[in-house]
Parts: sequence; structure tokens; C-alpha cells
Amino acid sequence: MADAPVIEIAGLQKRYASVDAVRGLDLQVPRGSIFGFLGRNGAGKTTTIKMLLGMARPSGGSARVFGLAADAPHASVEIRRRTGFVSEDKELYDFMTVDDLVRFTAPFFPRWRRDLEERYRRTFELRGDMKVKTLSRGMRTKLALLLALCRGAELLVLDEPTAGLDPAVTEEVLQALVGHVARDETTVFFSSHQIAEVEQIADRIAIIDRGRAVLTGALDDLRDNFRRVQLVFDREAPQTTFRAAGVARVRRQGRVLTVVTSGGAEPILDEARALGPVSVDVAPVTLKDIFLETVATED
Amino acid sequence: MLFRPNPSLGVPIYLQLMEQVKHAVETGALRPGDQLPGIRPLAEELVINPNTVAKAYRELEHEGVIELRHGAGAFVTAHGGGRKAADKVRAAQPVVAAAVERLRARGLTDEEIRRMFEAELAGLTRTGGPRG
Repeated sequence: MADAPVIEIAGLQKRYASVDAVRGLDLQVPRGSIFGFLGRNGAGKTTTIKMLLGMARPSGGSARVFGLAADAPHASVEIRRRTGFVSEDKELYDFMTVDDLVRFTAPFFPRWRRDLEERYRRTFELRGDMKVKTLSRGMRTKLALLLALCRGAELLVLDEPTAGLDPAVTEEVLQALVGHVARDETTVFFSSHQIAEVEQIADRIAIIDRGRAVLTGALDDLRDNFRRVQLVFDREAPQTTFRAAGVARVRRQGRVLTVVTSGGAEPILDEARALGPVSVDVAPVTLKDIFLETVATED
Repeated sequence: MLFRPNPSLGVPIYLQLMEQVKHAVETGALRPGDQLPGIRPLAEELVINPNTVAKAYRELEHEGVIELRHGAGAFVTAHGGGRKAADKVRAAQPVVAAAVERLRARGLTDEEIRRMFEAELAGLTRTGGPRG
């Protein structure tokens, strides 16, 4: 059971009246991972999260959290009981103070962590008498995060947790997350369109584009296997296709041929040598490049 | 702070962290018996995934650079996996020096030699099938 994924999504679809928001999404989130769900605005991230938490009904496929079907009403209650959720707009009761809101929220969660509440009040500098409606965007995010972290949840689902935050507050939020995961063995599933923060704290990622996962895996494996191979010729670069698995993109520009591959450089190099280039260069590919390559190829 | 991996480098963070620990041992910034930061504090300080720190420490233990004592933390090993590595490098230095000397004697520039080493290491000069 320890090896069962915390989140398991297979062939998931969501069709609204005129749009296919999610079109056959597959991904698995292993226990204890920090999973970055990366995609542009409108890629289907929020819709997917809503389906995980029973706030939207799938049109097809399945989403399971803790092994429970997310669209079954009683299972959905159980899922939300064991999950800390921070929504994209960080909705909180504006008329309350920080103290009010914490006192209002805690009794819903029998495993509420008073120790963590104290810790995050301090590190986030959230004073009890602050009015929610006067909080800055950064403070509001921290308060929403405090409420999610303190409920003793096994899973944190965070929809764009750092959207609109300045770099210093972003770093604080990320730091709280990695610290929390290290201490309490929580699984984190967070959506983002910020590549930098995903590559900083995630160990697994999925890149979602137009409702489909175009790439998913362990970030270290992607860093190991994605390569840019650049061939320079003493003539116009030849028009060619590569048989090697994993070729994401081939570009010809004058005497230069650039190949981006997800299958490591080796298989490409054997084919490349046969073309007789005058020079061959292999370079690692950053997550930003990977993102741009995989998202762009969908066009 | 001794360690500062760069997440956007395209190189796995755990490998960067391993290199930085080894470098600290080789330069003497970390000595045999010195304690490394715990997984949680280091993850928090560097704001990286704790699994990444754990993976780096596991690999470093496997390579004999550090030892993980249950409940107590991570320590640089007594014999210093780093010292062994430094000795290996020192012993190999004359081989490289001789090769470079001979290449220069053939009239190659340092830049050409550097490129040849890099190409060789990247496996670009092999004519046969894949390595291994």
C-alpha cells in the first residue's frame, strides 16, 4: 500500500459547453513527492484540481486520490478531509481577523497542529488581530497556506500558490513547503506556470498543454535525458529525419542542424556521425527549454 | 553557506550538491569527522526538495565520502573519500601533462586540445556502437 500513488489520473476528461478543458490526462503522484503541475494559463490545471477535490465532475476517465474515486460523493468528503487545499484566488472570509479565521477553521480538523500554527504565525508574521480584508496578497497567501498546513493533511493541493507574489515572498512560501514536507512526510501537488519555482522544489513534474500531459516524469531523469545536439556542416545542413526514439524537435538553419531529444544524446550521435558533420556539440537542456519545446510541438 | 546548487542549470540538483560536498572535502573546507547539515535544515536553507538532499547524501555515502549515522546525521568519513579521490587525481596528473605536451609538440593549440578532450569525454570520437 505504501507504494500506491497518492493521486492517480487516467484518461481524465472535462468538457464544458463549448470547450474541452481536459482531454485525456494521465499522471501519477507518488507518496512523499513534491509534484509540479506545469502549464500555461488555461492549460487545464485548475479544472484538473477541481476534479481531484470533487468540485467538478469528470466527463470521462478517472481521478483517484488515496485510492478513492474523486467523483464519488462520500469518497470526495474523505479526500477533502485528508487534503489541505489552497485555491488560486485564496478565498478567505474577509470580515474575520487572523485569530477569528484560525479559531473558526481548526475545529473542523481533529488533527489540527497547534505546534505548526504557532510556528507559521511566527515565521509568516501573521498577527492575530490583522483583518483579513486588509491583508496584502503575500500575507493572504501565507494565511491560506497556514490554514492548509496546520490541518495535519497527508496531501497538499495548491493551485498557483505563488501567483502574483514578489520573489522574496515566493521564496518564503517555497521554503515553508520544503520544510513542511521534510518534517511531516506530506505529498505536495502544486500547479504553476513559473518554471523556476517548479525546478527548484519539485522532484516530479507533469507539463500540461491543452488538457493533456505532454511530458511527465522525475525531474532528475528529464535533466539526464534531455539533450540538445548541434551539428555544424561545411555545406547546407541536410534535410533529415532521425530514427532514434525521443527526438522532440529538429531545426535546420543554414549549416547548423539542431536536434532536441528526450532519449539521451547517444542514439542521436550514431546517426549524426553518418551525416558527416564538421563539428558536434552536446549540451544539457534546461526545464525552461524542455517546457518551450514540448509545449510548442503541440502546435 | 558552502553549498549553492543552481536549479536552472539543466544538471540534476543532487549531482550539483554531491560535487559541492566533494569539493568542500577536497579543499579542506570540510574535514574528516565534520558533520554536514541535516537533510531537513539543508533542504529548508537551500529551498530545495528534501528528497533531493537525501538522494545526494545516499550517493555520497555510497561513494564513501560521508557516512550516515542513524539518528545522529551525516559525517565526512575518517579516511576521507575526498582524500582518496584527490590522490587519484594527483596520480593521474602526469598522464594528462604528458599527453598535452605531446599534442602541443604536434602544433595543436590549447583551445584545440581542450576541444579534443571534451569531445573524447562526450564520446563523440568513437566510431563503434554505444558505450558499454
